[in-house]
Amino acid sequence: MLAFILRRILQSSAVLLAVGLVAFSLFRYVGDPVNAMVGQDTSMEERDALREKLGLNDPAPVQFFHFIANAARGNFGLSYRTSEPVGRLILERVPATLELSFCAAVFVLFVGVPMGVYTGLYPKHWSSRLLQAISLIGISLPTFLIGILLIMVFAVMLHWLPSFGRGDTVRVGWWVTNFLTLSGLKALILPSITLGLFQLTLIMRLVRSEMLEVMRTEYIKFARARGLTNRAINFGHALKNTLVPVITVAGLQLGSLIAFAVVTETVFAWPGVGQLFIQSVQFSDIPVMAAYLLLIGLFFVLVNLVVDLLYFAVDPRLRSQGGGARVAGH
Amino acid sequence: MAAASNNQPLLEVRNLRVEFPTRRGTLLAVDDVSFDIAPGEVLGVVGESGAGKSLTGNAIIGLLEPPGRVAGGEIRLDGRRIDNLPYEEMRKIRGARIGAIFQDPLTSLNPLYSVGRQLVETIQTHLPLSSSQAKARAIELLKEVGIPGAEMRIDHYPHQFSGGMRQRVVIALALCAGPRLIVADEPTTALDVSIQAQIIALLKRLCREHGTAVMLVTHDMGVIAETADRVAVMYAGRVAEIGPVREVVKHAKHPYTKGLMGSIPSLGVRTEKLTQIDGAMPRLTEIPRGCAFNPRCTFKGRRCLVERPNLMPAGATRAACWLHDSGGVGAPIPKETVDA
Amino acid sequence: MAQASRSGLSGWLHRVSDSDVWWSFKSSPMTVAAAVATFLIIAVAFLSPVLAPHTPFDPATLSLSDGLKPPVLVSPDGEWAFPLGTDDQGRDVLSSIMYGTRLSLIVSLAAVGVAMVLGISLGLISGYFGGAIDAVIMRVADVQLTFPAILVALLIDGVVRGLISVKRHDEIAIFVVVGAIGLSFWVSYARTVRGSVMVEKNKEYVQAARVIGLSPLLIMVRHVLPNVTGPVLVIATLNLGLAIITEATLSFLGVGLPSTEPSLGTLIRLGNEVLQSGDWWITVFPGITLAALVLAVNLLGDWLRDALNPKLR
Repeated sequence: MLAFILRRILQSSAVLLAVGLVAFSLFRYVGDPVNAMVGQDTSMEERDALREKLGLNDPAPVQFFHFIANAARGNFGLSYRTSEPVGRLILERVPATLELSFCAAVFVLFVGVPMGVYTGLYPKHWSSRLLQAISLIGISLPTFLIGILLIMVFAVMLHWLPSFGRGDTVRVGWWVTNFLTLSGLKALILPSITLGLFQLTLIMRLVRSEMLEVMRTEYIKFARARGLTNRAINFGHALKNTLVPVITVAGLQLGSLIAFAVVTETVFAWPGVGQLFIQSVQFSDIPVMAAYLLLIGLFFVLVNLVVDLLYFAVDPRLRSQGGGARVAGH
Repeated sequence: MAAASNNQPLLEVRNLRVEFPTRRGTLLAVDDVSFDIAPGEVLGVVGESGAGKSLTGNAIIGLLEPPGRVAGGEIRLDGRRIDNLPYEEMRKIRGARIGAIFQDPLTSLNPLYSVGRQLVETIQTHLPLSSSQAKARAIELLKEVGIPGAEMRIDHYPHQFSGGMRQRVVIALALCAGPRLIVADEPTTALDVSIQAQIIALLKRLCREHGTAVMLVTHDMGVIAETADRVAVMYAGRVAEIGPVREVVKHAKHPYTKGLMGSIPSLGVRTEKLTQIDGAMPRLTEIPRGCAFNPRCTFKGRRCLVERPNLMPAGATRAACWLHDSGGVGAPIPKETVDA
Repeated sequence: MAQASRSGLSGWLHRVSDSDVWWSFKSSPMTVAAAVATFLIIAVAFLSPVLAPHTPFDPATLSLSDGLKPPVLVSPDGEWAFPLGTDDQGRDVLSSIMYGTRLSLIVSLAAVGVAMVLGISLGLISGYFGGAIDAVIMRVADVQLTFPAILVALLIDGVVRGLISVKRHDEIAIFVVVGAIGLSFWVSYARTVRGSVMVEKNKEYVQAARVIGLSPLLIMVRHVLPNVTGPVLVIATLNLGLAIITEATLSFLGVGLPSTEPSLGTLIRLGNEVLQSGDWWITVFPGITLAALVLAVNLLGDWLRDALNPKLR
């Protein structure tokens, strides 16, 4: 098991290194770090001196190494747009995005999985067909459109919920949270639903099709032949086997919530890293884009690791083999 | 051991019909099948794939896969009709009164639960035992099916057992609540030839000891000859011949059974294919008028082309063939004649 | 089977009408409706220069006095000249939608085309040559899959902006968007094609073709590509829905098509800016059009996947 996890960590590091390479290329070759630091009237000589001092004349691998080493310490240089340190800009905005993504993830899991189980168990029932039809509409609505519709109904027409911003927040250490005020919690509702709805329909459809697949297996038929109750078959046997493939996809889907937050944060003027990223794309603020890329990469690697650990908890075939490849199928 | 005609049979199947609605029309996969199984008796059901033998077994345990359905006839267990029971009533019979063994032990067990857990949940579903009592019974069952180190193996997962060992676990699961009948559908087909004999011997011994009747579905005549008391030969959804196993093997009365027996090289050796008879079993969509076997039959007469024979006494067995009717097969058919 | 010998068009029609795919199409009213809707939207969009009542992005035809008229059916202030109302510049919403849909479709179709060509080529190369080339292509695919397509497209867009001037960017915006979406969708094609190539390349007929000296390219195009048309078609249809959404999202975020050449996404962004004042129709109608288009395409894609892969149903 330890060998397996070590190997996964090694693979993750390789992915992270590749992302780092892309981020470095952006930082070094698309943007010009010197331009960002000096004024228009700086002479060529001064620029060259600065270039030498920053190590921009070193061989590329050395520069890459410095870039990664700096990144590991949270140092990504200065934003072209605001001239502030990129590390601080991002750190200020991380709590807003994490809290939003967390709420969306909770919404997705606690609504999407039960809906998928239900429609998988009773595929012919009219309510399943209705849910299935609604889910198809759900994946056909772009996230920003869902957000606009929710704002129109619940903010503009009904005035129940705020249409933008985080509401009142509370600072706990460096972390600024929405969870401790009523207005903060209310502000979370619409963005969380907007962010989660697309993933929710995906998860529901995935759980449904896996459930249908599992219900057709021989061991479910044999469980029926053993006379087990429907309850034991559906929730003891079918659900657990459904979870094996669902965990992987659900993990990746929830991981991508952070990235999808880009759109939701723009619609709701939510001051998170996604909004920062959009601004940096519009202004071609390369250092912020590079840092954001690394942040997302890191997050995905972490999610993948958690998914692997969950696999061990659920599937005994992995535990006893002491590692090795994931067992395909069931 | 002949079928006890005076005593109440354990299982009675009467005029069973199983249908499959498809987009090209409804297929009659099991057509007017009748047989009995006496307590403690082993009935072999043999036939080519598609003959309807597995569907008959599934109909008995009430697990026909939709859209398949019982369209007619009756199934009785101990005199009580079970083919029309509500799902929940039938569930209580499955596992408790009728056990089942499926073809592939690799896929019959849930890979995510230990064999112990699967045994205990089955036992507790049907018997009022505490967890520790159920576990003790589970270990007992594993010992009985010949799994060495049962106390330790009970916590192992299915993938840690070999194919043969897994089928032993499946047999233990079928025996959990002491059923009176076991429907075993091709229990050895997926196993190594060397393991097959062991599993069959085990099944036979356990059922004799527990007095459990067995409906043994297989396409392997060798297994039947070794194991069964009586045998039913199925062809194109109907029973072609049924009788005591010795009689059917030695003195087959139906031309199809004769061909089938001719295709066994010697008793006890597994046969790969039933190649002796020319042609193949018709598809369910193309069953001919009259006797379904007539295109391949060398004894057929005019009557076989138009009138469908039911089972009739034929020596020591019963066969569905006009050869054994006083009216005979009718006028001979000249060669090369195409019937319009 | 007697009719199987019929040749030409009637034979083809007969094979089609007797096939399982056609049967599953006919027996699903939803799919038929989706196909009709898709066809209608595409037809109306591409005929918009003929059908549209106004040319909304020609400043000469606009008059601010026509601004912010509500739709005819909901308000007495509406005018039949502008059935779905007008925006703050006095542009007819219906005409804007027709032109916008056309642009959205052109961009999405082109993007899917780019992704398809790129993915199939890389998949063929990867599967046929194997070794280091294969490893590199597939690792790039793995890493890219880590990021959602919208993020990849945003990054590409941001990079292009960094490389060229803002003015120049507006001129080539459409190509940037097509390229960005195309580059973010190639992976699934490459994986599918690669898998099929790996299976086919060891078959005897391919080995034989190699022995008689046919070029690898010819072998792949002749023998491998026909095997992947089904899956590629399914991916392309499902991708088209995604591409429409991605284009709309990019334009909504203000990094897609400029407001001088608005797609559906741009129209929704422009409407969203005045949504708070209650002029909902400027946003809602393009939104409904976008959702209907994607829904119809997705329904077709879903059905196609099920019809070609009965196992997955």
